[in-house]
Amino acid sequence: MHPAPSVIAFSTLSGLGFGLLFWLGISTSPPTGLSAFIWFAIAFALACGGLMASTFHLGHPERAWRAFSQWRTSWLSREGVCAVVALMALGLYAAALVFLEQKITVLGWIGAALALGTVFTTSMIYAQLATVPRWKTTLTPALYLSFSLAGGALLSGQITRAIVLLMIAAGIQLIWWKRGDAAFQDSGTDLGTATGLGERGTVRSMAHPHTSPNYLMKEFIYVIGRKHAQKLRVIAFSLTFVVPLVLLFLPFNHVFALLAVLSHLTGVATSRWLFFAEAEHVVGLYYGMR
Amino acid sequence: MTDLPTHTDRKLGLVIDLDTCVGCHACVISCKGWNTENYGAPLSDQRPYGDEPMGTFLNRVHSYEVQPEVGSAQTVHFPKSCLHCEAAPCVTVCPTGASYKRVEDGIVLVNEDSCIGCGLCAWACPYGAREMDQAEGVMKKCTLCVDRIYNENLPEEDREPSCVRTCPAGARHFGDFADPNSNVSQLVENRGGFDLMPEMGTQPVNKYLPPRPKDSWDNESLLAPLLAPVAQEPQGFLGWLDKALDKLPGGPT
Repeated sequence: MHPAPSVIAFSTLSGLGFGLLFWLGISTSPPTGLSAFIWFAIAFALACGGLMASTFHLGHPERAWRAFSQWRTSWLSREGVCAVVALMALGLYAAALVFLEQKITVLGWIGAALALGTVFTTSMIYAQLATVPRWKTTLTPALYLSFSLAGGALLSGQITRAIVLLMIAAGIQLIWWKRGDAAFQDSGTDLGTATGLGERGTVRSMAHPHTSPNYLMKEFIYVIGRKHAQKLRVIAFSLTFVVPLVLLFLPFNHVFALLAVLSHLTGVATSRWLFFAEAEHVVGLYYGMR
Repeated sequence: MTDLPTHTDRKLGLVIDLDTCVGCHACVISCKGWNTENYGAPLSDQRPYGDEPMGTFLNRVHSYEVQPEVGSAQTVHFPKSCLHCEAAPCVTVCPTGASYKRVEDGIVLVNEDSCIGCGLCAWACPYGAREMDQAEGVMKKCTLCVDRIYNENLPEEDREPSCVRTCPAGARHFGDFADPNSNVSQLVENRGGFDLMPEMGTQPVNKYLPPRPKDSWDNESLLAPLLAPVAQEPQGFLGWLDKALDKLPGGPT
């Protein structure tokens, strides 16, 4: 799958933003006044910045409001609805903390649940697709949720929680990669089932419909960088988990904390790039490719 | 709404005969022509005369080689367009309601005025039937020539999809799969029509007919017994000539 920068920026930034919002929402002693303003401004900037970035890959961003209508069947629509309601609930919760120095506990919990719901709906956009076997697993929501919770805990400076959650997310990432590498093979879909000619013999693509690549090939058969996938996995894993964990185990220091967050953010972006670049869509089979 | 209808009154679709298709791409060209000049945004081309030309097509013809375990390989030309699935995954994923499946005839369509060009429906389609038009930023797909099949301004023989009307080999058939006596239902029944990627659970309406078994050079001809020499030893004049030649200097050969 073509790794669109806008979609990678969206899921990386908003995942971290909604993770931070979750922890702010359930906090027993949330910041108040100016401190609350700064924390929520960071969280909202990440969450909203991500959402805005996601509209850049649309053919008609001016019609994006229509995407709130089909929540009954569409995970993308549910994501939009969930994100807006979460931001409204947590906006009110934040306003009460900043201006009234009042904690509306129930609103915080509702907002936190909706923030996680937004991350879940994002992950389901991918996990629902039978056409991309690497994504079609319950491990995909687990991956997105664990990344978001770990990143949020790291960003909000909850060291113990961050250490535990980073370790859990690291485990899920490794299992997700392991499963993903065999997923296409295990799906049972090949050029034989794609053409319905598999029982007659071995099917081979002899000629593409056109002499140069088309939209489908550019969108679904993305092979650039696949040869570096293993190296990029090591880089992504180190930056997302290993470096932040080492920094968290060192004596606390604001520079270390900042470095841990930046390293984590870069690592998640790399992991998300791989999420797309390594994903193989079944339509590639028709072109004799993966 | 992007809920799929539980039932459609008719199931309009195509039967594509892989035995008959000669891979001429006439259906591709006629589809592009009709759908550029008629309903919806035109099918744009990018760099049509430059390096790496690219364009939007609703129908494409692949060519495959099938190599059986024994015997020679066979070439199969393989036209592919939207299969108008009964459980169309492209419809339910649409966030805006632009994609829908019609209750009256089962055709899957895109309302281009509502399409935001997110591309998720193309991701959900296993067949590559949807293409994002690079100039318009909206999703294009086969409409089963909805602007031809009901068009009373056209002569009756033209009221079928452009690809079907054009095919010089008669490899494409259009009809109603809900009617067991229709031409397409009969073809599927008699020729063993099949689905593409049935494991995806999309329940395609369009069906493909397999190539018929081919003759083989390895099989002996039915006439072979009649072609065997009747007389092994020459008799009569040829027998005398045979013996006479043997007696000449040089001896029998």
